[in-house]
Amino acid sequence: MILAQASQPVIPNFGAGSSCERQNGAFCWSWVRDNWSDVLWPALREHVILTLLAVVIGFAIAFALALAAHRRGWVERPVTITTGVLYTIPSLALFQLLVPFTKLTTLTAEIALVSYTLLIIFRNTLAGLRGVPDDVRESARGMGLSRGQLLWRVELPLALPSIVAGVRIATVTVISLATVAAFVVNKGLGAPIFDAIQRSVFKTELFAAGGLAVALALAADALLVLAQRAATPWARAGRRT
Amino acid sequence: MKDIVDAFPFIADHVSLLLGKAGAQLAVAAMAMAVALAVAVPLGVWLGHVHRGSFLAINVSNVGRALPSLAIIAILIAPLGLGRSTLIIALVVLAVPPILTNAYTAVDGVDRDVVDAARGMGMRERDVLLRAELPLALPLLFAAIRTAAVYVVATVPLGALVGTEGGLGDIIVDQASYRLPGVLGAALCVAVLALGVDALFAGLQRLVTPRGLRARIDYAAVQTEASATVPRPAY
Repeated sequence: MILAQASQPVIPNFGAGSSCERQNGAFCWSWVRDNWSDVLWPALREHVILTLLAVVIGFAIAFALALAAHRRGWVERPVTITTGVLYTIPSLALFQLLVPFTKLTTLTAEIALVSYTLLIIFRNTLAGLRGVPDDVRESARGMGLSRGQLLWRVELPLALPSIVAGVRIATVTVISLATVAAFVVNKGLGAPIFDAIQRSVFKTELFAAGGLAVALALAADALLVLAQRAATPWARAGRRT
Repeated sequence: MKDIVDAFPFIADHVSLLLGKAGAQLAVAAMAMAVALAVAVPLGVWLGHVHRGSFLAINVSNVGRALPSLAIIAILIAPLGLGRSTLIIALVVLAVPPILTNAYTAVDGVDRDVVDAARGMGMRERDVLLRAELPLALPLLFAAIRTAAVYVVATVPLGALVGTEGGLGDIIVDQASYRLPGVLGAALCVAVLALGVDALFAGLQRLVTPRGLRARIDYAAVQTEASATVPRPAY
């Protein structure tokens, strides 16, 4: 077997796998099967953790900023400008610019990922809160609700669709950028993509890792749509008539 | 910290290199944008004009927004190989959805009374589109083009990650040759380039707005409003 292989014409070596893998076939199930538990699954899990962490932290910051801007109007402009600039900086550049401060660590990746969630969640939360009709606000006050009660029991529930829409966009954004994060931390679904490029463009790994990233993004998007529906039953109730 | 400081002398010493790379980056981005515009604008404008295909036009951007850019590049490399054309095709795939959806939304959303008035004045269908609907739709349409342009310019450097021409990204991924200050200098230039393209298109957006509408439009708000329908995808 080894002799037969040696006498073959020069084919790039894609490791000791099936003939499909050695010849870099379009898509080799055998490779996916053999590398699922060691390569693909860990990468997917890391990707999900990177994303969840970034979205949760980003939400906490942006939500607090939106509440502040809702109460004090002047907060909006500086926050929008700052987060807008952060949002426009290309990810590759931002990851790299953070390296001197936080080195090649997960922290570097997380700071960058969090900074991309801020603008969207802030803007959507604020838009949701401001979109509450004044009549509703006045009736709530008329019923004797305090400012805090008004916020938590009237304004925020009504703003929920807009807030979840923001979280949804932020989540798919982070899933996309976490792929690039593999450039600074060898984690997530970007890692097998870079690995595949280095192995003379190993197609199966490119398809598998890229496909998983796309599937993860679409699944997260769909999941958040369902969450939004579940969180706002009254929106459907109103439509049924 | 010192490396960040050293990035500035690097920029000063390598102006022609950086300009060359920035030029290459803009060239790749311009090609991708040209194709994306040629595909998305006519289709979106036409769908908006006939008020049809809203499901397609809206959902294409919902899906398109979710597509991870690097993953799309990776998936296209497998069948198409490494190369500039692969990168450009990936960029087109990523840029079409937001432009298509906003082109549709912009034209579809033009005040029906205005369109009726145009018809009442005896305008032909072509003139209704070109002289009534399009001028009114331009600010919103241009907001989408601005969004897509920044997105594309900012995504080109990812090409360098996967071994194709990536403009300034070529320097960012090549720490062995350029050292950390060089890499940081190039990263700064990429950031400035993206912000510059955004500013440039904000100016163009203002220029293409019919004079009668200008005073009434808050350009930041137009951008926000457009992004609310079609938020900028991630790069």
